[in-house]
Amino acid sequence: MAAGAASGGSATTDTYKEARTWLLLPAWVTLSILVLAPVIMMLIYSFLTKEFRGGVIWEFSLAAYDQFFFDRGLFGDDPPKIEWTYVTIFWRSIWQAGAATLLSLVIGFPTAYFIATRSENMRPVWVFLITIPYWVNLLIRTVSMKFLLRDQGPLNDFLMSIGLIDSPLHIVNTNFAVQLGLFYSYLPFMVLPIYAAVERYNFALSEAAADLYASKWTTLRRVLLPAIKPGVFAGCILVFVPSMGSFLAPDLLGGAKNFMIGSLIEEQFKGNAGNWPFGAAASMILLSMVLIILMFSARQQAKADKAGG
Amino acid sequence: MSDTENIAIDVRDAVKRYGDFTALKKISLSIMDNEFFTLLGPSGCGKTTLLRMIAGFEAVTEGAIYLYGDEIENLPPNKRPVNTVFQNYALFPHMNILDNVAFGLEMRGTSKSDARKKAGEMLELVQLGQFSARKPSQLSGGQQQRVALARALAPQPKVLLLDEPLSALDLKLRKAMQLELKHLQRETGITFIFVTHDQEEALTMSDRIAVMSAGEMQQLGAPTDIYERPHNMFVADFIGETNLLEVSVDGIESGRATCHLGGGHELTCNAVEGIGLGSKVHMSIRPERLYMSDTPVESESLKGRIKENIFVGTDITTIVDLQDGPDFIVRTSNSDRGNKRIFEPGSEMYVNMELGAGRLLVD
Amino acid sequence: MTSKQFDIKTYTGFKGITLLCLVILYAPLVVVTIYSFNASQSLTNWEGVSLRWYADVFTGPESAKFKTAAKNSFIIAIIAATTATTIATLAATGMVRGGKFRFRTVSFGLISLPLMVPEIVLAVATLIFFNSIGFERGLLTILLAHIAFCIPFAYLPISARMQGIEDSYEQAALDLYATKRQAFTKILLPLMMPGIISGFLLAFIVSLDDFIITNFVKGAGVETLPTAIFGSVKQGIKPNIMAISTMLLSVSIVMVTISYFVSKSDNTK
Repeated sequence: MAAGAASGGSATTDTYKEARTWLLLPAWVTLSILVLAPVIMMLIYSFLTKEFRGGVIWEFSLAAYDQFFFDRGLFGDDPPKIEWTYVTIFWRSIWQAGAATLLSLVIGFPTAYFIATRSENMRPVWVFLITIPYWVNLLIRTVSMKFLLRDQGPLNDFLMSIGLIDSPLHIVNTNFAVQLGLFYSYLPFMVLPIYAAVERYNFALSEAAADLYASKWTTLRRVLLPAIKPGVFAGCILVFVPSMGSFLAPDLLGGAKNFMIGSLIEEQFKGNAGNWPFGAAASMILLSMVLIILMFSARQQAKADKAGG
Repeated sequence: MSDTENIAIDVRDAVKRYGDFTALKKISLSIMDNEFFTLLGPSGCGKTTLLRMIAGFEAVTEGAIYLYGDEIENLPPNKRPVNTVFQNYALFPHMNILDNVAFGLEMRGTSKSDARKKAGEMLELVQLGQFSARKPSQLSGGQQQRVALARALAPQPKVLLLDEPLSALDLKLRKAMQLELKHLQRETGITFIFVTHDQEEALTMSDRIAVMSAGEMQQLGAPTDIYERPHNMFVADFIGETNLLEVSVDGIESGRATCHLGGGHELTCNAVEGIGLGSKVHMSIRPERLYMSDTPVESESLKGRIKENIFVGTDITTIVDLQDGPDFIVRTSNSDRGNKRIFEPGSEMYVNMELGAGRLLVD
Repeated sequence: MTSKQFDIKTYTGFKGITLLCLVILYAPLVVVTIYSFNASQSLTNWEGVSLRWYADVFTGPESAKFKTAAKNSFIIAIIAATTATTIATLAATGMVRGGKFRFRTVSFGLISLPLMVPEIVLAVATLIFFNSIGFERGLLTILLAHIAFCIPFAYLPISARMQGIEDSYEQAALDLYATKRQAFTKILLPLMMPGIISGFLLAFIVSLDDFIITNFVKGAGVETLPTAIFGSVKQGIKPNIMAISTMLLSVSIVMVTISYFVSKSDNTK
């Protein structure tokens, strides 16, 4: 069996084996220069000394990372204490991304399941409906969300006109508004992998469970969920990771009180702070965390693939 | 090497390895000019690999392949004057039928108008002239099959390779296409190399058959040879239905071997070179070579009891329990019912066969 | 209705949540579209349908800025998407038709790297990179950055399409005396066209929509539509922004719709 697969594999895909290097070269060169090299350069910058208002001095320094984690007083000679400002921002990013992920899961799972159980003709149409908003400019979507949620916005107008509330709800500039914005930004990422998993799921298993006296919800919990776990997991990662580093939702919907790490980084380069090594270090910390999550998820995925045969 | 001119394809000691896995173990065979030659075997036996090596899609690990005396194993597929009919036809879906058939001619440098003219003639030959403007998806499976055939024949290849081309068709269409292919081969005079796992198809169509298993050639011969005189267990078992009996050879005398079955039964059959006195081997007896009677009829008669009758349309298959011996399968043609009795399950009777019916096998 | 009780696939409430999901996804876009036609100077008071804010976009005080920004956006999107699609088509051929090779996983990792690195991190890295090699920021830096992050968006539909095309088509072409180059241009490329078109359109939208990376690598005074809109929104949402948003939103939806129907049209059948 394995030998057959091996022979099939090499026989079916090597028409352009000889040209392979030349075909891949443009991609290798472009991405190495424009993505890989910049990330390496950023790593280097995070260990350099800052120059006032942007740029760096080529001198090795751990100051950027030190500043992120420790407070050494105004003149830098006090004994180090944990610097809570940045750790708090980092922690808030995780918390906000987590809340957005949970919100996406609660709405996204039933949606994905519902779509996957439609007729074969209707499924692509539903998927299309869910993905369209994703392709609309994120900035426009976030601005639209802000407009909708404003104190004098259409949502409050509507709720007051039907008499549900007397005075406008203050949603903009709260943590909840940011979560809603993140949820709105990345919801399709939750729906699509779960949808794909449910679509592949063999419903005869559910029937077998029902036949063996399991209730519907027990079937969902004990048979369906374990089978589609990799899809759910992938969805959570795909929402959580971009939410962590997001900039627009916290900036436009959250206001200054609800700073996330994306805004902190932006501030170092575009804003007034102008501390490039510190911005690079914060980016490295964010990137490391994302890569750890991705590696962890890749291992989970490999395990699931193995278990699935 | 006097008859090299008559050899279309000469495969010499061809080996194919994928890493540690050996798909073909030193195959040598000569396929004659104007022959309908079939590579027959179960999936994974290496028959398709051998075909693809001749076509040029698989590199030859060791050995050589000659086409009418020219060594070709290092030529790319587009430099070999052989064409293939693919299992799934591989008709170019974005081109119409006429352009599909004209493709090979155009690639060989024929002008577009000439190529199309010839392609039109080819389509007439396979009775699809009126469909030339259609896309492949607008044709039925059988029609697509004929287009694939026309496309592969249009550049007038020296050898036509057919990779299980009938496997996607339903039974009736398959039977019709078998005859059509056979006629086409006679008309064109082109050497056909046909790959199939269907033994009946192979027996029906071929001039000669190479039976393959596990990367090795098991037997090479005409259909009757292979069916009547299988060389080993694999061939006997793979081609048609048979009774495989464990026997020990007790005596060999003037070309006859006396064989002992379990339970004190004895059978005599033709001796086979290489199987000596005292060897424990298998004997193959085709079920249709056996018949039943109330009293022993021939010298080769065995007493038994009917276990079960199974009605299979044209035939009735009877399972016979030999006392203290192996079970026998006997096939009786339905048309013979007047001559040969059908015995009820449980009744005792004799199983008879003529002397040459049993065949000793090299394991 | 009683039969529903026995339908093992249906869970009560899931349909409601799906509809809620659609409402959440579309409500903001619909609301902005409606209000972009508001005749009122104020944001929220509805004073009837009018095209005045669309007119304002083209002739108002900010029109020059938005026109330049739109021109920049479209030029960059067309060049970036074309380049990225070309690179991605070649790369997909190498990956999907190149057999097994040692750097296959690494190559795939490199191609999908722009999707794995958070956008803001990629923005910082690109800014630092251009700064460190002394490359002056302007339209060209935006273009280069866009080409890079558009590659995976173009690559994924193209390679998915290619994996769906059996290699017996190319083999049939080779068998019928075509060279490998002819088999590519006459057979493989036409069959891949739906994937290439949707790859191009997705890359085009991604480039047109990008704000974060553009905002970092653009030179002073160089604007694309998203950065220009962001600049305006920072001073408060104005009705003309809603008109621009609605137009941009329509462009995206039209392109995704085309991409959807192109990828659905399977020319191998």
